[in-house]
Amino acid sequence: MTAVGGVAGRLPATPQAESIGKPPLPKRAAAFFRNNEEHAWRWSARVAVVLPLAALVFAVTVLALKAWPAIRVNGWYFLYGRNWTEGSGYGAVVHTDGVAHPMGSQYGALAILWGTLASSLIAIVIALPLSIGAAFALTERLPGWISRPLGLAIEILAGIPSVVIGLWGILTFGPWLAHNVYPIIADHAPNVPVLRYFRNPVGGGEGLLSAGIVLSLMIVPIITSTTRDLFLQVPPLPKEGASALGMTDWEVANKVTLPWVRSGIIGATVLGLGRALGETIAIVMIGGAALRIPINIYQPFTTVAATILTQLDGAFTDGTGFAVATLAELALVLAVISVGVNLAARVIITRTNRIGAPVGGA
Amino acid sequence: MTTTLAAGPSTRRRRISTITWRVLTYVALALIMAPAAWLLISVLAHAVPHWQWNVLWTTLTPSGGGLRDQILGTLILMLGVFIVAGSIGVLAGIHLAELARPRKRSGKASGGPLRTASDILAGFPSIVLGYVGYTALVVGLHWGFSLLPAVIILSIMVIPYIAKTTETALRQVPTGYREGAEALGMSMGYGLRKVVLKSALPGIVTGLLLALAIACGETAPLIYTAGFSPTLPHSLTHAQFPYLTYVVFQYYNAPETQYHYLAFDAALILVVIVLLLLVASRIIVSRTQRHSESARGTLRQRRPRPAGPPEPDLTLPRR
Repeated sequence: MTAVGGVAGRLPATPQAESIGKPPLPKRAAAFFRNNEEHAWRWSARVAVVLPLAALVFAVTVLALKAWPAIRVNGWYFLYGRNWTEGSGYGAVVHTDGVAHPMGSQYGALAILWGTLASSLIAIVIALPLSIGAAFALTERLPGWISRPLGLAIEILAGIPSVVIGLWGILTFGPWLAHNVYPIIADHAPNVPVLRYFRNPVGGGEGLLSAGIVLSLMIVPIITSTTRDLFLQVPPLPKEGASALGMTDWEVANKVTLPWVRSGIIGATVLGLGRALGETIAIVMIGGAALRIPINIYQPFTTVAATILTQLDGAFTDGTGFAVATLAELALVLAVISVGVNLAARVIITRTNRIGAPVGGA
Repeated sequence: MTTTLAAGPSTRRRRISTITWRVLTYVALALIMAPAAWLLISVLAHAVPHWQWNVLWTTLTPSGGGLRDQILGTLILMLGVFIVAGSIGVLAGIHLAELARPRKRSGKASGGPLRTASDILAGFPSIVLGYVGYTALVVGLHWGFSLLPAVIILSIMVIPYIAKTTETALRQVPTGYREGAEALGMSMGYGLRKVVLKSALPGIVTGLLLALAIACGETAPLIYTAGFSPTLPHSLTHAQFPYLTYVVFQYYNAPETQYHYLAFDAALILVVIVLLLLVASRIIVSRTQRHSESARGTLRQRRPRPAGPPEPDLTLPRR
């Protein structure tokens, strides 16, 4: 074999020597990449995994800084007060504790906080039994060729944008409820505590109960799919053993399956609760955006999330910036509630898991 | 008359309770399915009678027009989220599943506070994130209502979700694959890229698609970060940005009827986009299931399942 490029009398340069001496740039780059690939993976992944924590800290810090003037001026009244007024935009600017705000501005968010908790509670009360029942039907009773497409339908429901659900709620579902369902409930509700809130007038479908029902439809997929997965993880032997002992379907469900997955269902429910607390657009569309505690369950109301959205335009008109700071305080309260709910879910799950003798339904 | 002991519930009360239970489970299922079906039918019924195909390629005008730039805007937002949240979320998932050292005592994968932070962020109200984006990015950095803050805030929303699905997908890769890669002398990075990530790719892509479905249906944080404009701008910042959900939210009760039709059309287009994403993820899942079933005979080491009741997945899709 002749040496390529070699001059007679001289040894041809061996490829190895050449590559050791001066490799071409792409090769060097490839080698560099090969030698450092592990570091690249490790460091980029490290940076990426810290980002959620950084974003969380950043978000809470920004909110706290922004809300601080409002927290100082509004004080505890923010949590128990019922009066929510921006004050006069043309009047004098008042200074309280060195914070400028329009004269007559007073922010008490009791009705807003009440609406948030009430609508989420209604949603949970409706969604939880429906979800557990549906998950049972899907896993224990129906054959695969029915339950699989139905499970897919629930997944689709989870993916429908909330603004589309809100559109359906305000144009179709809310009016239908107000014409066909609410009058029946309202006419038969007795004048006793709690049930008194179900009495007339029923309104036009924009209000607390409509929003609660639509919210429940939005959290049902979360609870149902989680519960279904949990049911599928229950080992078959305890269930079969219970059946062999002569237990009925209900008894197997009540004494074996449900106790086994109890903590998981609680976790999923609290997760759904967090979702309901933070839902914005659907509540803005269906809730009616009334800044007061409704006289009955059919009346317009508002939530923290909905208020942050609907009041923004108005807040810009406050030249002192105090209205915007108050919205930051609302956002901070909502953030604290949602973080608290999430942490509570975690504690509940680890607690019940530790105590849990899962089988036996004591 | 002979009675068989094993025939079923022996007392009246038990029989009634069982029948009631069965009926109630079906009723619950029906009460979920009926509104869901009604919702989809209602979206169709509102949009189809006035549907005109030119909605897809004409721009929004004061007298009506189409939604071309809003559709493109939503797709651009999704692309931005795919790039930003996709890369960060997948890397975070890789860290949680592969790189973090396991804790000594519990033997569980580490990343405790980081994982908790990620889960809390997943349950964070989107409107609060939107407000933070408004305060810090739109006003604080003087970007104005525009594409960049919107993409950043949407990405922060879905990063925890992508990280979680990536981590789950990576954990389903059999340990034998990693050991095999190492035994063949692959470097850690090469093995991760060519063996582990490759076999987890379907799960990762599914998570990405579902995250995109969440992102495209979001409204509240976008109102605070992207603003809205009838046409596509030419810059990342200082120019309000169009997207579909705003059309649904603002136009359904506008005074002019043609705007109502636009809102219904936008709702239908959104539902179609979400359905396409879900169908795509389903196809990926079913394909890989078939694939993994054929590979069931191969070496497959499962991590031992922890004793006690199962823990739920605390990071789930949300809007």
